[in-house]
Amino acid sequence: MSHVPSRRRGFVLGALAALGVLLFCLPLAGLVARAPWRELGSQLASSAVHDAMRLSLVSSVSALVVAVVLGLPIAVWLANGRSALRTAVRIVVMLPIVLPPVVAGIALLLAFGRSGLLGGWLEQTFGVSLPFTTLATVVAAAYMGMPFFVLSAEAGLRSFDRRHLDVAATLGAGPLRRFVTVTLPLVLPSLRIGALLCWARALGEFCATQVFAGNLAGTTRTMPLACGIAMEVDPNLAIVLSMILAMVSVAVLFLLRHGLQVPR
Amino acid sequence: MRCPWSSLVGLVGLAVAACGEPASGGAGAPAAVRVFAASSLAAPFEAVARAFEAAHPGLTVELHFAGSPALVLQLREGAACDVFASADETNMQRVVDAGVAAGVPVPFAGNRLAIVVRAGNPQRVEGLADLARADLKVALCGPEVPAGKYARDALRKAGVTVVSRSDEANVRALVAKVHLGELDAGIVYATDTRLAGVTGIALPAEHDVVASYPITVIKSGENHDGGSSFLAFVRGAVGQAILREHGFGPP
Repeated sequence: MSHVPSRRRGFVLGALAALGVLLFCLPLAGLVARAPWRELGSQLASSAVHDAMRLSLVSSVSALVVAVVLGLPIAVWLANGRSALRTAVRIVVMLPIVLPPVVAGIALLLAFGRSGLLGGWLEQTFGVSLPFTTLATVVAAAYMGMPFFVLSAEAGLRSFDRRHLDVAATLGAGPLRRFVTVTLPLVLPSLRIGALLCWARALGEFCATQVFAGNLAGTTRTMPLACGIAMEVDPNLAIVLSMILAMVSVAVLFLLRHGLQVPR
Repeated sequence: MRCPWSSLVGLVGLAVAACGEPASGGAGAPAAVRVFAASSLAAPFEAVARAFEAAHPGLTVELHFAGSPALVLQLREGAACDVFASADETNMQRVVDAGVAAGVPVPFAGNRLAIVVRAGNPQRVEGLADLARADLKVALCGPEVPAGKYARDALRKAGVTVVSRSDEANVRALVAKVHLGELDAGIVYATDTRLAGVTGIALPAEHDVVASYPITVIKSGENHDGGSSFLAFVRGAVGQAILREHGFGPP
């Protein structure tokens, strides 16, 4: 395409890019334009908003803890070689990234619900029933968020130079010491990025939570669920909650780009 | 070699031009009649729409079901719609207040409440008082949903306090969770308990609440005349017979 004048090509490219950027800017502008600035204070002071914020924080942070505790060992194992079993496990663990959230909710209900595969045994043995509890919002958020942590952690572990471990071994360090003093510090940036993405996905979880955990103020109604309900009853409150969630998302992206660039 | 960008721009131009055409495409073919209706009307309205299409060759009906408050939101934000059928007067009034209704809403059907339990009623629920039992997991629709509001009215009349485990967004979601066994009981419309996998327990007349369903023509649609004929059809002999078949009462 060298015969096409580069100025014309540049103009077309620029116009298409501007159109694309507009697609992303307009929704944000819509939120800001219709935000009820005068009622902002009173809306933010309502106990329903506080309940939802507290629940969202508890649920997403707990989900992150679950994701790190269970996800890091998965990532270490996945990064440690290649096999058909690893490929299969990787597909199952990454599935929630592409799975429609409503499907995830139904699947969680059929597994951990009272008449589900494991849920029936849980209730009979321990008297624990997950649906309609805050714990269910944690499970749903962890299910949807953990894949992002595992993905990022595995990528970090795979790209890390194993010769560092060999050097540490020749110096007499055991496997655990090698992992803690050599591997962890070197893959920490990947872990932090994975953790941030996982937490953000957990915070935004809506559909799987509504199907699996239900929707009750103070128990399972996290911010996205409160936002969905508010949209039907009090659209101004929905806009306020949406702005908070959008601001958190912008902060997450800013941190990803600028806050976590640790020089190696 | 042709410049790929210019052909891409050409494609975009074509797509824009195509979007400018009337949705129905054919010369003179009327647009589909778009009907927004409360979730609880799903079964009878599917049947009414088929009967309407058979009686009016050339007209098609597009149905859209959701909880009444969700539909009100879409109408207020300008969704194209010819007819709106609400499960209660409060939500219909919100549509009238928003100025999108093209006429005065008229009632066209009535419904009653019932307790929904798993098929066969394994926990032997007999009435509203049982819903306060500690061994039962009970949920209602949210208070903003008509079914949830009516359920709370009925409980108040019966003097029963129920701990709702979840405020579900619409009756179908609540019935589904009872069907799956995650909930033991809930309060829904009598018509919803006719679904497979669940059993309904009627409420005594003194505690029951009669839900009145209003319907109106909406301005934003593309087939105003079709909307008016659909509304008349729902209120006419065939529409009313289908509603009775599905357990709905007179308005």
